Amino acid sequence: MTTARATGAADPLASVDALIEGLGGVGYIASRRIATALYMAVNLQKPILVEGSAGVGKTELALSTSALLGLPLIRMQCYEGLDESKALYEWKYGKQLLYTQILKDRMGEALADAPDMDAAMVRLHGMGDLFFSEPFLEPRPLMKALREDDGCVLLIDEVDKSDEAFEAFLLEVLSAYQVSVPELGVIKAKTPPLVFLTSNNVRDLGDALKRRCLHLHIPLPEASLEERIVATRVPGIEAGLTKELVAFVQTLRTLDLRKPPSISETVDWARALILLHADSLSPDMVRDTLNVILKFEQDIEAIEPQISELMHRR
Amino acid sequence: MQHTLEQFFRALRAADVRISPAEAIDASRAVLVTGYGDRELFKDALCVTLAKTADEVERFEGVFETFFSRDLVTLPPGGKDSEQGEPSEQDMAQAEGSPLAQAVLQGDATAIQQVMEAAAARANVADIRLTTQRSRLTRRLLEEMGLEEIERIIANARRMPDGQGEGLANRLDEARRSLFEQAQTYVARQHDLYAAGSARELREERLLRKQLNADGGVDPVDYVLMQAMVKKMAKRLAAKYSRRRRTARKGHLDVRKTLRRSMGYGGVPFEILWKVKKVDKPSIVAICDVSKSVAASAQFLLTFLYSLNEVVERMEAFAFSGRMISVNDILDDHGVDTAILKVLQQIGFQQTDYGRSLQDFAEQHLDKIDRRTTVIFLGDGRSNFADPRLDIMRQIHDRARAVIWLNPEPESYWSQGDSVMHRYARFCHVAKQCGNLEQLERIIEDVLRSYVPH
Repeated sequence: MTTARATGAADPLASVDALIEGLGGVGYIASRRIATALYMAVNLQKPILVEGSAGVGKTELALSTSALLGLPLIRMQCYEGLDESKALYEWKYGKQLLYTQILKDRMGEALADAPDMDAAMVRLHGMGDLFFSEPFLEPRPLMKALREDDGCVLLIDEVDKSDEAFEAFLLEVLSAYQVSVPELGVIKAKTPPLVFLTSNNVRDLGDALKRRCLHLHIPLPEASLEERIVATRVPGIEAGLTKELVAFVQTLRTLDLRKPPSISETVDWARALILLHADSLSPDMVRDTLNVILKFEQDIEAIEPQISELMHRR
Repeated sequence: MQHTLEQFFRALRAADVRISPAEAIDASRAVLVTGYGDRELFKDALCVTLAKTADEVERFEGVFETFFSRDLVTLPPGGKDSEQGEPSEQDMAQAEGSPLAQAVLQGDATAIQQVMEAAAARANVADIRLTTQRSRLTRRLLEEMGLEEIERIIANARRMPDGQGEGLANRLDEARRSLFEQAQTYVARQHDLYAAGSARELREERLLRKQLNADGGVDPVDYVLMQAMVKKMAKRLAAKYSRRRRTARKGHLDVRKTLRRSMGYGGVPFEILWKVKKVDKPSIVAICDVSKSVAASAQFLLTFLYSLNEVVERMEAFAFSGRMISVNDILDDHGVDTAILKVLQQIGFQQTDYGRSLQDFAEQHLDKIDRRTTVIFLGDGRSNFADPRLDIMRQIHDRARAVIWLNPEPESYWSQGDSVMHRYARFCHVAKQCGNLEQLERIIEDVLRSYVPH
């Protein structure tokens, strides 16, 4: 992927406006607040906690940022039961075991001429550390991110799905950009990674974590912004159709639905309509494709009878 | 400018946006990066560093607009651009010694604003706490601004021979009135910024203590507030229930599984497996009394039931007075007010019959209770001298993980008259009075904690 830097454009981190433009270049239409949050995160070297309902582009923001800055993206998906060994590092137990098996004879030889038990132990001590060294270390996302010397974008996705113990463990990583591994000592990032945490509000995050992060809440976009997003994400869509479908989705959002459609649903819908060669919205077309934007049976049932009325309302 | 920021933080805190010193430092650093030139940028930068939930963002915007509003001072009449024309040399000489009078005569709004801000700082207007302090603080503010000097100038001008000073006196008199009004608005605005929050806190505190089964129930004004508070509490309860369900017990080797797995490697344990403790997904069965005897607090109990239903994933809700019905659908399909109304219409305010209702429950829904279920009763245990069917209660007790009874009546009333509360309480793990929000909060915080599976 080409980056703004590589193509010789102005430094995207120079100002908020440059950032908006840069993100636009990699296909992410950012509102001013989003760009400001990102700008602050880079300048203050703080993680960003991104909240918002599903499908408003939280994860996409991290992906686009990594594309824009030309930094590698390291992604960690959180889930219930995620712990240090899966997030930070693990010893390659199998490899350690295999090597001991293979080296068994050599070790026997090396220890054979030791005069007594104590001398053998001393020699063994010298070798023991071999098995707890870098080659046997399996770095997981967090450690990988800290060891990227040129910096990277670290995406900790859906941090609210992890449990409180893990959240507490994250604090050290996020405030000092370092972790302590008992066998190796403290590992500190040369270039602090740019960290994004996303949350769907499954549970309330702790104050300690929130305090360490900048907070960005991405709301559902206004019509004009959404039209631009659709136009960018679905190239080749006609302006008239974009206007119509965005207006319809915006109307849906004013209704009391279980899951109001978010941006990703709008984009999917636009793609679906393109596939069906639609150049304008008709009630039938909407009825056939309603399942793309509404994800609950009850919602579809509630909306179906009033489609044409809703289309005329705007 | 640092002082202004500090004041802004104070205003935010008053509006219930929590700001720790560390966040305040972050905000100050952010401002160093953005500068003060671009209002939008400045606002966004503060917003991302200070407001940490969607609610807080909303409150932040409100406070920001009030705090940093630009049109603070409108020019009082009597300046040089007013219809009376340019003030004469002589008038200006009279105004010597009063910066405020000079600013007014020159029509310099910025200068007036500066005088006002400085005076407000001296008069500690920002320390306003109560509505009743407003008039006193307005007075203080005007004094500090130097209104007395203006009054002195007016008096002097009026005493001048041949009505020479009449023009000046009239000018300043008009300006004085306008300044008085503006000082009032200024103080009112400060009150909104710093004291509005404390007024709400006061209301919340009062509501917490209010007995919800008192005559007349909850004031309609407070009703919305109560709903919000109950919802918060229900959410806290739900958070405790939504703990992780599988925990790896570190350091406990699962020998059986490891040996089994090592067979494939000729008995060499390549893969080690650890013991995993499974925590069952808990569920709640809530049974709410809506009969005549609890009429006053039925609304409160139902609000709690509704909020609980919103936040707990696996929840069965029942309501009864004479008979018992499942109200899950009603709670799911309607807003809180309609739902409560519908429940009350369907089953509310009839003669209580605990025995009959428990029998209804036992016949149709007993299978909903298993060893993972917590049963919450909301009711007064007044059964109109009918058979309380303690045998069913015992059954429920034996099947469930925990039985919790929240009674709106104080404990001294239990077992008085037709109440069989103490007899039911034998089959409850917890039986507590829950007549107001404070008690509800305490129960959720302290009592339920030990009955929530870890």
